[in-house]
Amino acid sequence: MVSAYKEIMLLLRDWGGLAILFFMPSVLIITITLIQESTFKAVGESALPIVLVDEDQGEIGSLIAQNMAKAPNVQLIDEIDGKPLSDAQARALVSDGKYQIALVIPKGISEELNEKVNHNVDKILGEFSLTEADTSTKKQEKTTWEVKEITIYFDPAAGQTFRNSMKNSIEQMLSKVEVEKIYAVFQGQMGMDNDPALLNDEIITFREVIAQKGKDGIIPNAVQHNVPAWILFGIFFIVVPLGINLVKEKNLGTYIRLRTSPVSYAIILGGKIITYTVICLIQFVLMLLIAKYIFPLIGLIEFDPGPKLPVMVLIAFVSGLAAIGLGILIGTVAETQEQSAPFGAIFVIILAALGGVWVPTFIMPEIMQKVSAFSPMNWGISAFYDVILRNGTAADIAQPLCYLLLFFAVTMTAAIFYDKRHQAN
Amino acid sequence: MEEIIRVGDLSKRYAGSGRYALNKLSLSIAKNEIFGLLGPNGAGKTTLISILCGMVKPTSGELWFDSMPYRQHRRRIQQQIGVVPQEYALYPTLTATENLYYFGSLYGLRSSDLKQRIADGLERVGLSDFAKRPIKTFSGGMQRRVNILAGILHQPHVLFLDEPTVGVDVHSKEVIMKLLKELNTQGTTIIYSSHHLNEAQQFCTKIAIIDEGKIIVEGQPQQLISAVAGATTLENVFIHLTGSQLRDYA
Repeated sequence: MVSAYKEIMLLLRDWGGLAILFFMPSVLIITITLIQESTFKAVGESALPIVLVDEDQGEIGSLIAQNMAKAPNVQLIDEIDGKPLSDAQARALVSDGKYQIALVIPKGISEELNEKVNHNVDKILGEFSLTEADTSTKKQEKTTWEVKEITIYFDPAAGQTFRNSMKNSIEQMLSKVEVEKIYAVFQGQMGMDNDPALLNDEIITFREVIAQKGKDGIIPNAVQHNVPAWILFGIFFIVVPLGINLVKEKNLGTYIRLRTSPVSYAIILGGKIITYTVICLIQFVLMLLIAKYIFPLIGLIEFDPGPKLPVMVLIAFVSGLAAIGLGILIGTVAETQEQSAPFGAIFVIILAALGGVWVPTFIMPEIMQKVSAFSPMNWGISAFYDVILRNGTAADIAQPLCYLLLFFAVTMTAAIFYDKRHQAN
Repeated sequence: MEEIIRVGDLSKRYAGSGRYALNKLSLSIAKNEIFGLLGPNGAGKTTLISILCGMVKPTSGELWFDSMPYRQHRRRIQQQIGVVPQEYALYPTLTATENLYYFGSLYGLRSSDLKQRIADGLERVGLSDFAKRPIKTFSGGMQRRVNILAGILHQPHVLFLDEPTVGVDVHSKEVIMKLLKELNTQGTTIIYSSHHLNEAQQFCTKIAIIDEGKIIVEGQPQQLISAVAGATTLENVFIHLTGSQLRDYA
């Protein structure tokens, strides 16, 4: 207990260390959640300007323009200073970073598509003898069509996710235009009146159900993803001050006093484990308080752990032990602060990346998914998500918690073994 | 005289090193002695002290402390020794009292007894008025005095001192030497390692000069001086025995 008291006193007088432990994770959780939330809002609520170059000037071009104009959150830019844009101008506007995306509809696309659709519809209806076969012209009919490419220019700064999402939306819109065209030709060939209901009545729709355990699950949102992820990141960041703490002991010479005293190294480390576990739990409570009381004040969704709090405390406690084990191992092996601090910080960032703090593990390449299975942060995040998002109980998270405890045991054993070996040599 | 430390055929070779830091070194230190361990850089002084303090394990050889073998009684022996490293070995952000309280508690001293010892100790070294000041605000001499106090609070039977007066002013040095002599008078055996040969000559009751991992000469300071023709100081003896060549080991 005296060792724990000493560690607390050392921390209380180290403002830099306290900043790393409490202030930085608090700033991090607010900043990242705010950025992610406002990114979603930006994509979902404000209009995205899209440059449209219609070289076709036909039916398809105007259908695409109409669909884009109707689309929510899209601001169509098809002229500048009252003049229509060319392909080169659109490319320049995007490459200059003035716009993130431009669409160029090539010349003749309407003609080609019309001819092809008419041909196909004729052919289908001809099979059913619903149209008169015009044997006199059939031989001259076109049977091959030139492929027309719609060019999409993307700002080089636009991320892959943004590009994929925009490409999917545009492809979806083009398919709709194509279907509209096919319907129109069918209606024309069969002498039907134009019936917009044919297109508006959707037969297949989607129902989004969050597959949670139990019935009273909450709808996941960015806050529920971010809070546990960044709580864990903050907890693991104690690796840095803890590593520095141990290296300082060696550099100051206090390590010599500790090692020549009748107290075992394990007991000395015990003081650090108690102190840093308390710090992890304080950090956890602080982050939860921020998520519950500060988030609503800055326009974010409130995070309320509700009855899941005790299990979340258990996860934070066990994750804290894993982080402490890692910090002690790094501090034991490192000889200087220049080794321990950058290594600790970068290693935690790597563990966070592997653990799914930034990118969910399920969308990682297969090899990285296999590697991420060995990240203690992945075990911690899985446990938090199981509880918060999947309504899991303590029994459901037994496996990741056991892995975290095992990680703590392995890192502590390695640290004590290394120290003994170092002493013997 | 009754011996408190006995070392037999002690050898130490560090991993990756081709040479022996200690080479079959044998030594006996009597109770209540002020034993000076002198030698050029890399001679093996620090290694010997580190082994005697239980910090480093020897490659081979035997060690006894008050007739107890080190291997079997390491913790018990460590309870009876005090170590004052060359570094200040104190937490700069903690006060003098907090530092002393922590290091004293490692030896099982508790609460009121420990507090009394800290107050007495600080008084003896003239630092009572600075008890609640952080160590980082202390001068080098003040830090040295607290450094020594941290090693003697538990009243060890043997005190290991590594360069206890390096970087201190004359006044602090006088306080330190007086304190150490008092301790010795009260029954503490002192093992002292230093490059200050004049200080060692005045302070120590017995001296061993160590070179290349072996004791090359051992005896009372005056005996050693008398044994070398023309020598008037311990420094003359030292140069005579170890040569004047630089000893640089990487």
